[in-house]
Amino acid sequence: MLLLQLFIVFMMIGLFGFGGGYAMVSMIQGEVVTSHHWLTTGQFTDIVAISQMTPGPLGINTATYVGYSSMVSAGYPAWMGILGSFTATFAVVLPSFVLMLIISKFLLHYKDHPVVESIFLGIRPAVVGLLVAASLLLMTRENFSSPGENGWQFCISILLFLFAFFGQRVYHINPIRLIAFCAIAGAILL
Amino acid sequence: MLELFITFFKIGCFTVGGGYAMIPGIFAVNLSIFIGYKLFRTPGAVVCTLGTALPSFIIILLIALFFQRFRDYAIVNSMFRGIRPAVVALIAAPVFRMAQTAHIRWSNAWIPAVSAIAIWLLGVSPVYVILLAGIGGYTYGQLLK
Repeated sequence: MLLLQLFIVFMMIGLFGFGGGYAMVSMIQGEVVTSHHWLTTGQFTDIVAISQMTPGPLGINTATYVGYSSMVSAGYPAWMGILGSFTATFAVVLPSFVLMLIISKFLLHYKDHPVVESIFLGIRPAVVGLLVAASLLLMTRENFSSPGENGWQFCISILLFLFAFFGQRVYHINPIRLIAFCAIAGAILL
Repeated sequence: MLELFITFFKIGCFTVGGGYAMIPGIFAVNLSIFIGYKLFRTPGAVVCTLGTALPSFIIILLIALFFQRFRDYAIVNSMFRGIRPAVVALIAAPVFRMAQTAHIRWSNAWIPAVSAIAIWLLGVSPVYVILLAGIGGYTYGQLLK
């Protein structure tokens, strides 16, 4: 039952999505692309792009999108897709909701508790690893093409990658502007 | 309460990208739940969550409904060929800043390295990596005592 699967998978993502934002990319990709094949790497990258350009947190955006598209590509009608969308979005928020209520109620003064501290001593560095893995997993032929397949596209892809990387890291250019520029470059050159 | 909903609906409308926090879940959502609870207990938390999640939900649902229809146009396809490498770069770019906030040093640099390799090359689910890292941290803390 796809709806139930969507619910469980997105609840897991909500539950283990430490670091939020981009660190969650790795979690979502692991479940949605690698384990369940609901999307290809390329489709997943498109959603991250859409998520960058639209308001709202990545976790919710992907849940909503994947909920709809996985139902529709499994042959269900559009209204079932909307139900899938709702299920996945509800599921990704649910663990936050329960956890934050507990934290708001009791746990705030345990924040600096040595046990909590030591657990995060492991999780914090691992989240960096998650982000590295997310980037490496997206460096595929589907996203960059390859020298043998289309040398021109491959070279342009590498250039646009470097442009966006340094544009963001060194010059702090707004991601939306970077994506818009690369879209124009793509329209002209590719 | 209505005011609270409207406020977080606005936040939901304008938080592009996503934040960082060391609590699982989505930063904007977590924050809204926390504030909603502080102000109006559980009903406040529900209202704030809805306010934050609803704009994304509506916008992305509309995109999902129509995206596939024009995704196959040649011009859209070319645009996305340009966009995809940029998206990968945007995910890779915060790695160093995040390494700084996570206090990565030579002594613990093996943790992100092993995590990344496990996920990237061995196909381990990030869920297990986080679980193991948490258990590892806990065990380390107990050993230090």
